[in-house]
Amino acid sequence: MEQFLQQLTNGLAVGSIYALIALGYTMVYGVLKLINFAHSELVTLGAYLGLTLLTSFALTDRMGPLLGILLLAVMVMGLIALVGAMLDRVAYRPLRQSPRLSAVVSALGASIFLQNTIMLIYGARFLNYPHDILPKMTIHMMGIDVPLVRILILFVSLVMMGGLFFFIQKTRIGTAIRAAAIDQGAAKLMGIDVNRVVLLVFLVGPALGGAAGLMLGLYYGQINFTMGWSYGLKAFTAAILGGIGNIPGAMLGGLLLGVIEAMGATYISFAWKDAIAFLVLILILIVRPTGLLGERVAEKV
Amino acid sequence: MIDMLLEIVDLHVSYGNIEVLHGINLKVAQGEIVTILGANGAGKSTTLLTISGLVRAAKGAIYFDKTPLHKLHAHKVVKEGIAQVPEGRRVFGTLTVQENLNLGAFVSRDSARVKRTREWIHQLFPILAERRHQLAGTLSGGEQQMLAIGRALMSEPRILLLDEPSLGLAPLLVKTIFQTLRQINETGVTVLLVEQNARAALKLANRGYVLELGKIVLEDEAKALISNPEVQQAYLGGIA
Ligand SMILES: Nc1ncnc2c1ncn2[C@@H]1O[C@H](COP(=O)(O)OP(=O)(O)OP(=O)(O)O)[C@@H](O)[C@H]1O
Ligand SMILES: [Mg+2]
Repeated sequence: MEQFLQQLTNGLAVGSIYALIALGYTMVYGVLKLINFAHSELVTLGAYLGLTLLTSFALTDRMGPLLGILLLAVMVMGLIALVGAMLDRVAYRPLRQSPRLSAVVSALGASIFLQNTIMLIYGARFLNYPHDILPKMTIHMMGIDVPLVRILILFVSLVMMGGLFFFIQKTRIGTAIRAAAIDQGAAKLMGIDVNRVVLLVFLVGPALGGAAGLMLGLYYGQINFTMGWSYGLKAFTAAILGGIGNIPGAMLGGLLLGVIEAMGATYISFAWKDAIAFLVLILILIVRPTGLLGERVAEKV
Repeated sequence: MIDMLLEIVDLHVSYGNIEVLHGINLKVAQGEIVTILGANGAGKSTTLLTISGLVRAAKGAIYFDKTPLHKLHAHKVVKEGIAQVPEGRRVFGTLTVQENLNLGAFVSRDSARVKRTREWIHQLFPILAERRHQLAGTLSGGEQQMLAIGRALMSEPRILLLDEPSLGLAPLLVKTIFQTLRQINETGVTVLLVEQNARAALKLANRGYVLELGKIVLEDEAKALISNPEVQQAYLGGIA
């Protein structure tokens, strides 16, 4: 039981990181029907920028761990959001009227470009996050000792997801984003500036991806210029699992994938962890080809 | 001379390098109901889409109360007071009826006015009030058409463009919708109506244009068009 609860909390924490990354894929896909392959590199960049800012400003020493990391997260999210908007401007926007395949090739190109840039700047070695940033304390709950960092990650991710959910579902701009994702032409007839919707999506998605990168650094302690690839792939899987283009779907898919993976690694085989995750994806897609929450209503013509 | 609310001058539109509108001239005065008739592929939808800025003009001009519309982006055209009920309704299927209506008022910031307009639309189409929390995609075809009209009215347009609102609806419902269009017009909203249901459209309209292969071939008072033998032959099934 104790092992189960440990793995459950671990799976939820990792899954919430997947969910944050998955949101970036799903939001861009929703509006542009484009898979932003470079999104995973924004996660990597978030991890590296986090480390740079952390060590160069010694934020946690000056402001205490919690406030320091909060400020760090805000800075990382802001910077990665800008990189995301630039990415759209340079790599995707010029191809908006071109065949979709051109944008896919551009996405792959941007991904390789960013990955190599990160390697050239930071080197190919693994880098370590300082391990004394967050107090090594655990919190006793449900009969087990849960590391503080795990609870923080889960809590912060859930707050961000809740915020995004509220923004998308309840606000005027959020509704405009959903409308543009359904029918860009009709959205324009409502007076919605679709270019600004796209810009917004390329600010919000990358910001969440950057936060996820920072969390990965804090949780695992080690980062590498290729890290985005595997997390990106998992998150992309999570987005499909939940129904690509669907925002609550990405959240659900991420959490679910994290838990399934953690359980599979513990109770079946650690070596087969990734295979189990993908097996579950395939099974769910066989039963529900649109993903768990994808397209509940068929459009009437 | 009457001041024209909408004036289209020598409009040419192409898709790729195929020109589909070959110099259209069309005028709509404030308060009028004007209809555009024409066979499939004549360019009716293209005309409306170009007014709304979703399709760009290759040549020519569109003026709305002296503002050159052909220079504006689609999302800016709405702010000028032009709303469109597009062909095929295009309601946002996975959003609720209420959310669809609210999106219609995306450009208006005065929430008290938006609320008043919504109440008026609920009076015009009570079903929309009843179904406000239902997803638009689950409405019947006729209800979706009412929603598309209601949504367009939410921006309090000065002119309402409608592209075949009768498409796929039962005759009785067509009658109801056309009566509502008259009611809407009586509140001061100018109407430009594209229709294949020529008889219903001409009964409603003050004036009409006939579009053939991207050119205006006839323009007259609606009454005159109804009794025009050519129009009867081509669009009214031969019988007056
Ligand atoms: N997006 C497009 N790309 C290329 N050609 C188009 C496009 N839209 C319309 N056309 C062509 O332009 C011409 C006019 O089309 P349009 O849709 O304006 O006709 P319409 O009068 O509205 O016809 P209908 O009564 O069938 O709706 C047609 O020949 C059509 O094939
Ligand atoms: Mg048409």
